[in-house]
Amino acid sequence: MTIAASQPISALPVVLTLAQRELVRFFRQRNRVIGALVQPIMFWVLFSVGLRDNGQLGPAFFFPGTIAMILLFTAIFATISIIEDRREGFLQSVLVAPAPRWAMVLGKIVGGAVIAMLQALLFLVLGCLTMSLASSAAELVLAGILMAVISVALTSLGFVIAWRMESTQGFHAIMSVFLFPMWLLSGALFPDEAGSWLTLLTRFNPLTYGVAGLRHYLRFEDSTVLVDALPGLPVCWLVTLGFTAVTFVLAWRIAGTRTTGDLL
Amino acid sequence: MPAEPAITVADVSHRYGDRVAVDRLSFEVSAGEIFVFLGPNGSGKTTLFRLLSTLIPLQSGDVTILGHDLRRAVADVRMLLGVVFQAPSLDKKLTVSENLAHQGRLYGLSTPALRNRSKAMLDALGLADRSADRVEELSGGMRRRVELAKGMLHRPKLLLLDEPSTGLDPGARADLWQYLQQLRTEGVTIVLTTHLLEEADRADRIAIMHQGQLAALDTPSALQASVGGDSITIRTDSPDVLATRIGEQFDCVATVVDGAVRLEQPNGHQWISRLVEAFPDDIQAVTLGKPTLEDVFVARTGHRYWNGES
Repeated sequence: MTIAASQPISALPVVLTLAQRELVRFFRQRNRVIGALVQPIMFWVLFSVGLRDNGQLGPAFFFPGTIAMILLFTAIFATISIIEDRREGFLQSVLVAPAPRWAMVLGKIVGGAVIAMLQALLFLVLGCLTMSLASSAAELVLAGILMAVISVALTSLGFVIAWRMESTQGFHAIMSVFLFPMWLLSGALFPDEAGSWLTLLTRFNPLTYGVAGLRHYLRFEDSTVLVDALPGLPVCWLVTLGFTAVTFVLAWRIAGTRTTGDLL
Repeated sequence: MPAEPAITVADVSHRYGDRVAVDRLSFEVSAGEIFVFLGPNGSGKTTLFRLLSTLIPLQSGDVTILGHDLRRAVADVRMLLGVVFQAPSLDKKLTVSENLAHQGRLYGLSTPALRNRSKAMLDALGLADRSADRVEELSGGMRRRVELAKGMLHRPKLLLLDEPSTGLDPGARADLWQYLQQLRTEGVTIVLTTHLLEEADRADRIAIMHQGQLAALDTPSALQASVGGDSITIRTDSPDVLATRIGEQFDCVATVVDGAVRLEQPNGHQWISRLVEAFPDDIQAVTLGKPTLEDVFVARTGHRYWNGES
């Protein structure tokens, strides 16, 4: 007896429904929302007050790096929810559904990336309103697009790391030995120095190109930042898009493998 | 029973490392029947469930579900399967309807189809007035019903349930079975696992699993008849003492199950008079019955059911 299955499932509704779920869950957990609002505002206050008279490296220098940090941490924390999904059992019903696996992965990643973007955009808007940002509207839009691409890359990276983990504790170890150094070595915190090994090291970090791209777009009137030494914009885009493609494909591939966590 | 099988399992084995969880199983499930895998924890039935539900990949052997090969046409199989896991699979932060909506999208339901099916499932399972409640606010029995609604949302032809009565009170369990019977009349094949002997009794056919293999496969009545004899249960204040004394006096095997003495013998009615005459002061009540599935399990595997973990 062969019963015909209906036509293949279109991917878009799957992506949208899973992304929407991430957002709904986010907004229903009050502490997450409060944290998401407080973090950018806190950073912005620290920047505009704390760094105002900080010699040569003013708020302008740290602004793009802070956006990268907000994206990194929010995106990655959003993906930790995959561990929760697995533990709470939601994931198992997704895994036996006929929807294409890449669409499920993309839905999860888009949801996490949107949450990260909301936070980073809030920080960007506060910066635009109160700091002497000299970027044109077009530059701001491009910065926003670049931020979106970075957040997809970072959420995908978080997905890859979280997929095989059975507890959120394990994630914190990865966070401190891998993700935090990745941010430190992205040019977010230390300005480029010709001939420095630290600067050389940053060139091997794909996040560096995202931060550099943001630096190109987010210019300040009182800018003390030298963008001349940074990788050019085309390179920044190319590397960031490549980074995104690689991490997404990795996430998709890894989601095709089984983990012992499925057997809980 | 229609001759065409809904599931064909041929020579399927599954290992976790060195441990063999399922050992060269072969069997068929007919279309439209309620089929139960009965076995204690560790008997391999949950591994089998995971294989059939496509959660874990097939290592060796062949499985055909509703005419589709499990390896080559996994998307077709998934479309036709409804799966209800033992562990909850609902998103507790979402409402009942939202859970169903996400499920519908994962199975490719259009918006109107999703609306109709959600309403139909909520009505069928008595959840209509709870559809806007978050799952975390529902009782265990209610959640179980939402799981069923979720599993049946896309009109699967085959419903797989892993230990569906876990955590249900007797009333909710009766409701569950009533619903499953109703589904069967609609032509849905139902396959479930359970470690509860009294639950397996309600199936059309039972596969008794032990150490990854089939110990028996038949209808409940045929299985019970295969043991032969009657089952005599004696209520008493000190079951252990009485069981020993019966064993010594009549040279037979008397066991203690759930605080009562039990023995299986042909011509049970004759045994009752003998027992009551021999121990008039110790026996409070005697029940004569047909052998239970537990008796079948013991007879087929040589192991006690509740000590059957290996």
